[in-house]
Amino acid sequence: MKIHEYQAKDLLVRYNVATTGGYVATTSAEARAAAEKLGGPLIVVKAQIHAGGRGKGGGIKLARTPDEVEALARKMLGMTLVTHQTGPEGRIVRSVYVQEGVEIERELYVGLVLDRAQSKLVMMASTEGGVEIEQVAATAPEKILRETIDPRVGLLPFQARNLAYGLGLDGAHIRQATSFLLNLYTLYQAVDASLAEINPLAVTKDGRLLALDAKINIDDNALARHPDLAAWRDPNEEEPLEVEAGKYHLNYIKLEGNVACMVNGAGLAMATMDIIKLAGGQPANFLDVGGGANVETVRNGFRILLFDPNVRAVLINIFGGIVRCDRVASGVIEAVKELTVSVPVVVRLEGTNAAEAAIILRESNLSFIVAASLEDAAQKVVAAANAA
Amino acid sequence: MSILVNKETRVLVQGITGGEGSFHTRQMIEYGTKVVGGVVPGKGGQTAEGVPVFNAMAEAVWKTGANASVIFVPAAFAADAVMEAAAAGVALVVCITEGIPTLDMVRVYEYLRGSNTRMIGPNCPGIITPGECKIGIMPGFIHRPGRVGVISRSGTLTYEAVHQLTTLGLGQSTCIGIGGDPIVGTHFVDALALFNDDPDTDAVLLIGEIGGSAEEEAAAWIAQHGKKPVVSFIAGRTAPPGKRMGHAGAIIAGGHGTAAEKMEALAKAGITVCESPATLGETVKHVLEA
Repeated sequence: MKIHEYQAKDLLVRYNVATTGGYVATTSAEARAAAEKLGGPLIVVKAQIHAGGRGKGGGIKLARTPDEVEALARKMLGMTLVTHQTGPEGRIVRSVYVQEGVEIERELYVGLVLDRAQSKLVMMASTEGGVEIEQVAATAPEKILRETIDPRVGLLPFQARNLAYGLGLDGAHIRQATSFLLNLYTLYQAVDASLAEINPLAVTKDGRLLALDAKINIDDNALARHPDLAAWRDPNEEEPLEVEAGKYHLNYIKLEGNVACMVNGAGLAMATMDIIKLAGGQPANFLDVGGGANVETVRNGFRILLFDPNVRAVLINIFGGIVRCDRVASGVIEAVKELTVSVPVVVRLEGTNAAEAAIILRESNLSFIVAASLEDAAQKVVAAANAA
Repeated sequence: MSILVNKETRVLVQGITGGEGSFHTRQMIEYGTKVVGGVVPGKGGQTAEGVPVFNAMAEAVWKTGANASVIFVPAAFAADAVMEAAAAGVALVVCITEGIPTLDMVRVYEYLRGSNTRMIGPNCPGIITPGECKIGIMPGFIHRPGRVGVISRSGTLTYEAVHQLTTLGLGQSTCIGIGGDPIVGTHFVDALALFNDDPDTDAVLLIGEIGGSAEEEAAAWIAQHGKKPVVSFIAGRTAPPGKRMGHAGAIIAGGHGTAAEKMEALAKAGITVCESPATLGETVKHVLEA
């Protein structure tokens, strides 16, 4: 789960990871009050959306007076911010973070993430702060320092010092950086993070080491034990259909095409999207109704798919293992009768009781296109979408 | 022959009295798996699905001589269950449970390192040696005994692949679903090494997906050690970056873990890569006949 920058900063403060002061504001008056509390001489106003690249899109601005802060906030709040991570539709800015401005001497990068190849966490640091770390990894991988963390003992002080010295820090900065990194690790463990990135970590002209920005993701699987963090979920930042699907424990991701698909299991769902593309179509979505699809999930899945106005045809691909295909077929029929389905529906059911399912579909007097195999299903659904 | 499980494997079910646990225990017993008991704290002394229930794994292993366990306990308790199984000394733990927090698995992985216990999963369909032993939730009837090894990160896509093989008359030596999470106990390379040394496996079908670098590692391993033909498919060519496609592990992050990268690495290592998920069975057939 993604959280906003201001929420991530709140976590930094809780776990003694040095950061700039600041306040979240949802109105320009609140922004002004925040600026007055901070004092100044320099204030940064930052649009709060769940996407990076805000600066280039006009979502991060400098101000010198409360009047300027108020004016900037008025402009930003409600605006649609487009960055390279939001897609062309952008995101509506619903809050801004009013932050103490600092004079920056150097910008560094710190990241904490799971290294899947080792099944251990790795703390990364780089002197190339302020730019995207992926870019650094691609062009100058030697500039990314790494310390692999032994889960039995956690991040050790010497490892934090190695990173600090590696960043070219010295004197008082070494102690500041060491405690910064150790506390960031403690935070990561405590909140069940799945990513923590501080970019930039600034060395200020007055000798401080501060997180200017923070990106912290929380492990979805661990939200049950962090109800306070789960409450930070911001549905405004998510695709409405994905939120709706989540209510029914369906996994839906909207894509750009016009061939919808409903599949049981994530791997088979991806493979179904792939074969639609191979057959010359464009998948409209990823929809995994779970390995054990039932009548209820099929009905809800159908509803979600049909919300998307781009959809020209639907492919239902269910491999019945434990779930019986004849029951899935009944569910499909019920759903189609209950909802007004005006697009062609191709059904491919394989596995337990597949033959019975085919008979049920044929005898339903509804105009299903029954497919015999994965290949057949893909060709039929793409043909149907093109004809529509 | 086969790998990891056969008709001698003696299985305990952790979480045998739960909905999933009891249902799949019945299915496993029906398939012919030697389920010798179950473990549910607080329910020791009872009987479930015709087998004795114990409070703890250590006691259960001692009294039944089990050498494998399968876990159906809820995500919040699953990490503890895996470690309990390892501490009790079973050789194989198959963790079906989905949704285990990643940091729990970091600790479990470390705990298992250097122990004699192999974990399969979590968030996986399990392992089956057709006609002998099924530990997991896969539909048994689609399989048939034979000489193709199957390794996969997914569930129903594996069933699809197995169905294609069986329809063409190609049986399977053993099929392993390694799971779709970022941390899994058995990686592609571990399973590949076992199939490589299994005299009764002639070819391997490896089904990967976007995210992580397990397929690239498999490609490097095969290039160096592979003795048998390998056919592969990678799901998720059409997946957008930054979106988690169902499995926690299936996400293209920072431009890495794309299907294209994986397919290229596999092809370079001499592996036959299927473009379409509809041609898995026939491609294996071609490779075996070549």
